[in-house]
Amino acid sequence: MRLTHLGGLALAAVLAAGPALAELNFPSLSYRTGPYAASGIPFADGYADYFKLLNERDGGIGGAMTRTPECETAYDTTRGVECYEQLRGENPLVLQPLSTGITYQLIPRMTEDKLPLHTMGYGRTSAADGRSFEWVFNYPGTYWDAASIMVKYLLDENGGDLSGKTIALVYHNSAFGKEPIRTLEKLAEKHGFTLSLIAIDPPGQEQKSQWLQIRRERPDYVLMWGWGVMNQVAISEAANMGFPMENFIGVWWSGAEPDVLPAGMGADGYKAINFTGVGTDYPFYADLTQYVLDAGNGAGDGSSVGTVQYNRGIYAAMLAAEAARTAQGIHGTADITPAMMRDGMENLKIDDARLEELGMTGFGPALEISCENHRGPGVGLIQQWDAEAKEWVQLTEFMNADEEVVAPLVAEDAAAFRAESGVEERDCPAS
Amino acid sequence: MIYREAGDFKTSYAADNQTFPIAFDRWAYFGLLAVAFLVVPLVIDPYWSNAILLPFLIWAIAALGLNILTGYCGQVSLGTGGFMAVGAFASFKLMTAFPELNVIFAVLGAGAITAAVGVAFGLPSLRIKGFYLAVATLAAQFFLIWLFNKVPWFFNHSATGQINAPVRSVLGWEVTGASAGSVAKYLFCLTFVLVLAWVARNLTRGRIGRSWMAIRDMDVAAEIIGVDPLRAKLSAFAVSSFFIGIAGALYFTVYFGAIEVTDAFGIRVSFLVLFMIIIGGLGSILGSFLGAAFMVLMPVFLKNAMVGRLGWPTDLAAHVEFMLVGLLIMGFLIVEPHGLAQLWRITKEKLRLWPFPH
Repeated sequence: MRLTHLGGLALAAVLAAGPALAELNFPSLSYRTGPYAASGIPFADGYADYFKLLNERDGGIGGAMTRTPECETAYDTTRGVECYEQLRGENPLVLQPLSTGITYQLIPRMTEDKLPLHTMGYGRTSAADGRSFEWVFNYPGTYWDAASIMVKYLLDENGGDLSGKTIALVYHNSAFGKEPIRTLEKLAEKHGFTLSLIAIDPPGQEQKSQWLQIRRERPDYVLMWGWGVMNQVAISEAANMGFPMENFIGVWWSGAEPDVLPAGMGADGYKAINFTGVGTDYPFYADLTQYVLDAGNGAGDGSSVGTVQYNRGIYAAMLAAEAARTAQGIHGTADITPAMMRDGMENLKIDDARLEELGMTGFGPALEISCENHRGPGVGLIQQWDAEAKEWVQLTEFMNADEEVVAPLVAEDAAAFRAESGVEERDCPAS
Repeated sequence: MIYREAGDFKTSYAADNQTFPIAFDRWAYFGLLAVAFLVVPLVIDPYWSNAILLPFLIWAIAALGLNILTGYCGQVSLGTGGFMAVGAFASFKLMTAFPELNVIFAVLGAGAITAAVGVAFGLPSLRIKGFYLAVATLAAQFFLIWLFNKVPWFFNHSATGQINAPVRSVLGWEVTGASAGSVAKYLFCLTFVLVLAWVARNLTRGRIGRSWMAIRDMDVAAEIIGVDPLRAKLSAFAVSSFFIGIAGALYFTVYFGAIEVTDAFGIRVSFLVLFMIIIGGLGSILGSFLGAAFMVLMPVFLKNAMVGRLGWPTDLAAHVEFMLVGLLIMGFLIVEPHGLAQLWRITKEKLRLWPFPH
């Protein structure tokens, strides 16, 4: 009795949330609660605000309005799967779970259901191989690109020689944090540095023993693969033990304002890799302020506008919107399906001219996606935290990853995926 | 009026001892089974199967397992998450090492391996009791998770430490992997639940179950009347871990398909299952199901009601859901400290007398 009763209501709820006609559905798998909320809220706000801007200013994409229903995952795999089961019947054009754990759940499911998945700079790195992963995209770069770029930056700092140096990797003990290990091991072999692996169990509020180990080992550099509350704790611990912050570099998920602010002046000089620009100094922000923020339509309370994760949410939304536009162009209809959206993502081309039209020059790298290459350019830049001014300062231009190391690893892992999932490598038209 | 023993005559000991002595209960039970096996598969959709019924069935098995150990034998355990992880990893190793092996046997084998591990970690229960045993099983929880995260052999040296269930089928129907149909997965789990619940019910009514309960109620007295505490406690650990191992194996192979040990089997899983049996009712088969339903379905139901029906923002709904589930737990425990199963028992008593309560 109880079960059917519960069920009836739940089913009615699902039906009530059904799609309206000719609206482009971009669901947002957000997390505004739990230990990762500090990172999740600004991203979800940015994602929603950009689509709101398109609706208010341009009347949607190609004449079709957009909507971004949210489903709260709390960065929890079980909830993520529940959200997916709920959303998959509503023609989601693309899903962006912002969680590597949920991504691993969604890859086989969405491949089976033929729905596109975009894991922007996270998820399974070998999804870069479009021949093996037809429905999964991870442009503009992967964790292995990030690892390679970070090492490249360190090489530049050390006159091209890292031999005899020790680099410690402080990582979130999960699929996400373990992702760069293989690349860093290869890079350690190539450049002759010693790699020390230091795992932090999620969510990472407790890191005393790990930082004690770092104090004892005295590595020359510390790289960090962290997310959510783990970032702020790590940066505070590093600051407390007096680790030179300029030798501490975070991945792009460990380089936002909520990560460094709790450490105060101690975080000054902390570096992170990034693939989006920082601040609000871009022309599109004028429109965003006029149509969304000042009009009172912003998704959040406005406090996160211009922060790293907010900008990244906007960038993710922009990539999705541009892919939808491309798909509309290819198929000649405004009301596109998820399968058409996939074609749009695979033929996505955003050059500098297009970025300028969007008012986003320098906001993100120019990219071109193809059937073979689902990762795009694989670039990143290094930024540094200025605790005095409370802002990120861009140190370098976009740098490329070391293809010699990354490409064979991608091929190897894509082959492993094909073996375990039974997916055939598909043919790509010669370009 | 309709719910009563009057007129329901038993003419044999077997009939007198049956699980559902009241005809109405019996028919309701067979009716429920018929609906679960014959009607639900026809109307089920993937959301219902993958987001609601599968987790309910699998958590019900885990709750049954813990209820045998804690509810019937009185040994408090906080190692449920770790034992579920043993089941998941054992099924993974069995499925990848013996690709020919039918998935049913992989799941049963995972249960058997977990039973052995459970007995090993149950050994301290011979010397320590109560809270101290809880701490010892907590050690099992942390040790097992650490082990599966640390030793690459367990996850076949995959780069991320994730394990992925290969595609397997039963009678030509795929039950694991992304392309498996929701009906096949549901029926596969339902069959396990039915058999295991039947086993649990009959074990707890028989000699072994009585020896567990004797140990639970007073171990010294039980020893004096001839119950061997070694056998009783270790058999409880073995049977309980067998159930929990099967739950872990199904959780990994059928429900998720890919699992990361820290994320899926952390300490919160141990507490979740413990809450299920406390809210459902310690020492009750029905209570295991009610507790699992409460803890698994209530959040989904509240979420759908608040976000889907009322259109609330998702973060507000998530916070309210936390508070409501907490309040409901407290409310139920104040109204009936012996759990939902006890509420049902009282209702039954009242129904028998109705409409003449005096």
